[in-house]
Amino acid sequence: MYLSKLSILQFKNHAEQNFELHPKLNIITGLNGSGKTNILDAIYYLSFCKSYFNTADALNIKRDNDFFVLQGNYHIGEGVENVLCSLKRNQKKTIKRNQKEYERLTEHIGLFPLVMVSPNDIVLLYEGSEERRKFIDSILSQYDKNYLHNLLQYNKTLQQRNALLKFFIENNRFDAISLEVWTETLIKCGNYIYTARVQFMNVFQDLVLGTYSQIANQNDNVTIYYESQLATYTYAQGMANSLQRDRSTGLTTFGIHKDDLIFKIDEQPLKKMASQGQQKTFLLALRLAQYSLLRKHCGRPPLLLLDDIYDKLDTLRVANLLQHVLGDAFGQVFITHTNNSMLITTLQQQAIEYNHITL
Amino acid sequence: MHYPSRLMEQVVEELSKLPTIGKRTAMRLSLHLLKQQPEQAIALSHAIEQFRTGTQYCEQCHNISDTAVCNICANTMRDHSLLCVVEDVRDVMAIENTAQYKGVYHVLNGLVSPMDGIGPDDLTINSLLQKVQNNQVAEVILALNTTVEGETTSFYVFKRLQHFNVKVTTIARGIAHNDALEYTDELTLGKSIANRINYEYVR
Repeated sequence: MYLSKLSILQFKNHAEQNFELHPKLNIITGLNGSGKTNILDAIYYLSFCKSYFNTADALNIKRDNDFFVLQGNYHIGEGVENVLCSLKRNQKKTIKRNQKEYERLTEHIGLFPLVMVSPNDIVLLYEGSEERRKFIDSILSQYDKNYLHNLLQYNKTLQQRNALLKFFIENNRFDAISLEVWTETLIKCGNYIYTARVQFMNVFQDLVLGTYSQIANQNDNVTIYYESQLATYTYAQGMANSLQRDRSTGLTTFGIHKDDLIFKIDEQPLKKMASQGQQKTFLLALRLAQYSLLRKHCGRPPLLLLDDIYDKLDTLRVANLLQHVLGDAFGQVFITHTNNSMLITTLQQQAIEYNHITL
Repeated sequence: MHYPSRLMEQVVEELSKLPTIGKRTAMRLSLHLLKQQPEQAIALSHAIEQFRTGTQYCEQCHNISDTAVCNICANTMRDHSLLCVVEDVRDVMAIENTAQYKGVYHVLNGLVSPMDGIGPDDLTINSLLQKVQNNQVAEVILALNTTVEGETTSFYVFKRLQHFNVKVTTIARGIAHNDALEYTDELTLGKSIANRINYEYVR
């Protein structure tokens, strides 16, 4: 699958742009603020019906204009699929595939798989554990509908249980059976999620570390593991042990909503001890591992968007990264970069064909 | 907004207090009432008044009723040992429309939801336990929504009934009639495979 034509009208800082694209490699260069990332965001939008940056939809319309239109032609096997996204100020957005409008956006999401690698991924290291759980949940939910169902049930039940605990505190009363029904649902859904996460991490771990050493040419002794209270206690035990604490804090203190992914280098926390380049390499490895799982699941290579490829990486690692993503395991790749001479030299040395977009 | 008539303003105000009705819709409705014959509007206000002051909750099943005991509970032809637990009147009507059920109902008038401040005591669960305790019931059928709140309420009722000598069942979940398997959502299909039943020719 590849995107052969992209047209952008009044989207973010772009007035009107039309691009013919290369099936394998597309380089977008330009100065700061010229709108490189916004082109990637337009491609992201066509796959996910929303901006990568999760901005309010109206803000994606170019200033002083009333609407934006994005259009892409995707080649899949022999056929061509046309996707059109448009939004008029104060109106519902429309997504059309081959001139036919969708009834629900969820029907579209997933048909044109895509992975974005952005400097923004740093939140996976620096923000709280919620970001990392969201990361694994988004991967798992894509191919296990049961996982998504259990996760939604779990979150709803957790809110209800916490509301009940607070009610007990405020009214100075307690009713064991009322609490138990919520607790047991948490245990049932939580166990499913825990088992799925353990199985997933067994595969994912090796993928991440393998990709890391390919880009870094060494493994830097990085490790990734899954941390959960459930490794120590069974669900029922854990919930029973924390009952008193839960009743005094009004919060559920045990469960898979406390899980985390731990990243280490030389047994030390990656975010403190690793260099910026090592951190970036690690984040790339996470995204590329996500890519290969997604590819396996979809049966066709997703689009790969690499925003600001030289961000914190040395030339050797960029060369390794390029070699890696230009291999057969990957499909169409988009790369943005401020200074084209460095990148172009590397590509010409290796006699790689590409399409160059200069902004 | 300035209204030419204070009386009209009053009607618009009252109508727009209803759920899903905004000022604009309320305005349209009131203009419509004005165009109709006066009898129409009077019949409407009369119906609302009678409905609000005349209805009550059945003292047995807690469904909405015009009499102290509703038609279903008063019907001696129905099986009073079979009790179907539902959330509200809409579910009673849905099951009655199937014409398959000959037992009686127990209406909870809500579901347990701490976030909305609804606990078991706010529902009619105690009256249900009373019926079971008095040995009036042989089987309780739980027919609640499959949402988190519905499932949890079922579970709560089940826990409270566990110690009594009563059979507790729940309605089956699975493929809808005349539905193609390929269009059934994965969750339902997965559950119906897991909870498959012995083959039986059903007409």
